[in-house]
Amino acid sequence: MAVVFEKTKGLTDKPTHYCPGCTHGIIHRLVAESLEELGLLDKAVGVAPVGCSVFAYDYFSCDMQEAAHGRAPACATGIKRVHPDSAVFTYQGDGDLASIGTAEIVHAAMRGEKITTIFVNNAIYGMTGGQMAPTTLVGQKATTAPLGRDADHAGMPIRMSEMLATIPKAVFIERVSVHDVPNIIKAKKAIKKAFEIQMKGLGFTMVEVLSTCPTNWGKTPIEALKWLKENMIPYYPIQNFRTPEEVK
Amino acid sequence: MAKELWKGNEAIAEAAIKAGCRFFFGYPITPQNEIPEYMSLRLPQVGGCFLQAESEVAAINMVYGAAGAGARVMTSSSSPGISLKQEGITYIAGAELPCVIVNIVRGGPGLGGIQPAQSDYFQATKGGGHGDYHLVVLAPDSIQEAVNLVQEAFDIADQYRNPVMILGDGMIGQMMEPVEFTEVKRRQLPEKTWATTGLRGRKEHNIINSLFIDPAACEQHNLKIFEKYAQIEKNEIKVEEYNLEGAEIVFAAYGTVARIVKNAIKALEKDGIKAGLIRPITLWPFPKANFLKAAEMPSVKAFLSVEMSMGQMVEDVELSVKGKKPVYFYGRTGGMVPTPKAIVEEAKKILGGAK
Repeated sequence: MAVVFEKTKGLTDKPTHYCPGCTHGIIHRLVAESLEELGLLDKAVGVAPVGCSVFAYDYFSCDMQEAAHGRAPACATGIKRVHPDSAVFTYQGDGDLASIGTAEIVHAAMRGEKITTIFVNNAIYGMTGGQMAPTTLVGQKATTAPLGRDADHAGMPIRMSEMLATIPKAVFIERVSVHDVPNIIKAKKAIKKAFEIQMKGLGFTMVEVLSTCPTNWGKTPIEALKWLKENMIPYYPIQNFRTPEEVK
Repeated sequence: MAKELWKGNEAIAEAAIKAGCRFFFGYPITPQNEIPEYMSLRLPQVGGCFLQAESEVAAINMVYGAAGAGARVMTSSSSPGISLKQEGITYIAGAELPCVIVNIVRGGPGLGGIQPAQSDYFQATKGGGHGDYHLVVLAPDSIQEAVNLVQEAFDIADQYRNPVMILGDGMIGQMMEPVEFTEVKRRQLPEKTWATTGLRGRKEHNIINSLFIDPAACEQHNLKIFEKYAQIEKNEIKVEEYNLEGAEIVFAAYGTVARIVKNAIKALEKDGIKAGLIRPITLWPFPKANFLKAAEMPSVKAFLSVEMSMGQMVEDVELSVKGKKPVYFYGRTGGMVPTPKAIVEEAKKILGGAK
């Protein structure tokens, strides 16, 4: 019988702990497939964050480090400077990257660290139980914003891709989504491109992936995908912000 | 090799390079700036990498990444900066990564001052960050000793997979002394088969991590680390005993203060008072047995811990002496340095009272 689909060698056989309907699983697969297809699994080192994807080190089959909350880009900097020929990536959520780790991500981008950041934005703190994130939409309810995010009190949600795209050495910045199949295919292309650009040594690369959190959004998986499309994408537009001339 | 005149901070940096350190991540803070400055010039010359981080927090996490990737790596800072690094230090200890951290201590608390102090003793020896862990803490009293200890520190770190701290007061960093870079005996070290280098043909992936979500596994991890600490306590204690024979009073002092105390001991001798000194070189592990042995000497009437703090090491002296003899404290703090005269007066006061 012909094999039409196989699980990527970039993932281990360990069952993940993610909630039903969560899109982390898809994003893990896209990253792992990209590494495998580019022949990078043998020299990849990933950095897991603190948040829902804290156990990512058990799921990716390449070498992995687990960083402190928000510090993955600094940790990845250390790894990449020691092994410049390796493919180094961070996998970070929005609490990790856009709140506690803003200094680390901005300065890794400023230095043009030759790493790839996979920024998973689901507009909420998942692991700790649904608290307001810097990315939580105005009016969106969270356990620390029970009446919904009030822009006057908590400010406006932060758009990290737009911010980082102003930095000269952040050479590849793209926002993608995984709420339907065409977008999943586009997301994979962006992730693969980011790794290719990293390996060319052109600078810092990041793919922001809009993701769902059915559990903490209080929705079914299907409702969550719809909610992402209708609410997140208008505020967080899917687009490429930066691509280096060399690969255009 | 002939002796050369070196500034402490620069000598520490050169010693690290001689020990094979090729990566340094730091952030400016007085009085340790000559370390990153020297590294920024020298490391590229030897094929290494110096990087000025955006903060102490980032710097220590770069150290985590580089140490986890198998490199010999160092960072340096001074008291307020070391406070910022504590998060990273506990992760490094938890993930059992080898590295060297230099703290050129200044006055505190808060922003404190920029003059020499020893008020980070608790922070260095009792943990510093959260959780059960220890650093190996080495406290040089001269630039020559700093040069030797820095080189050995990398071997200790690699041997036990544990961070090592060089605790030097601001005087060690800022003064100049003659130094000889002698060949330090290298230890036989295990290969870093655990490092995240990329698989490069290896079958199983390596994971650098300090998370153990199952409490039983987390306890097991702690027990394993503490077995290592027991070995360190057994093998790595360094201490100088000075003039203890027949001493009536035994000083406890470390770092540059120990040198001031030696002057006080000479002055006391002229006045017919016999005084000795126990100088812990490793602050953790602490040389408890040396203090207990001195406490059991019939000639010894009392101990006096002299520190540039409000009294921190004195607690370890008390614990070591086990109530066998009285333990006193004299200290200056905030960047003030005790004088031999004041130490002599303090000793006389104690002996007068103890007689």
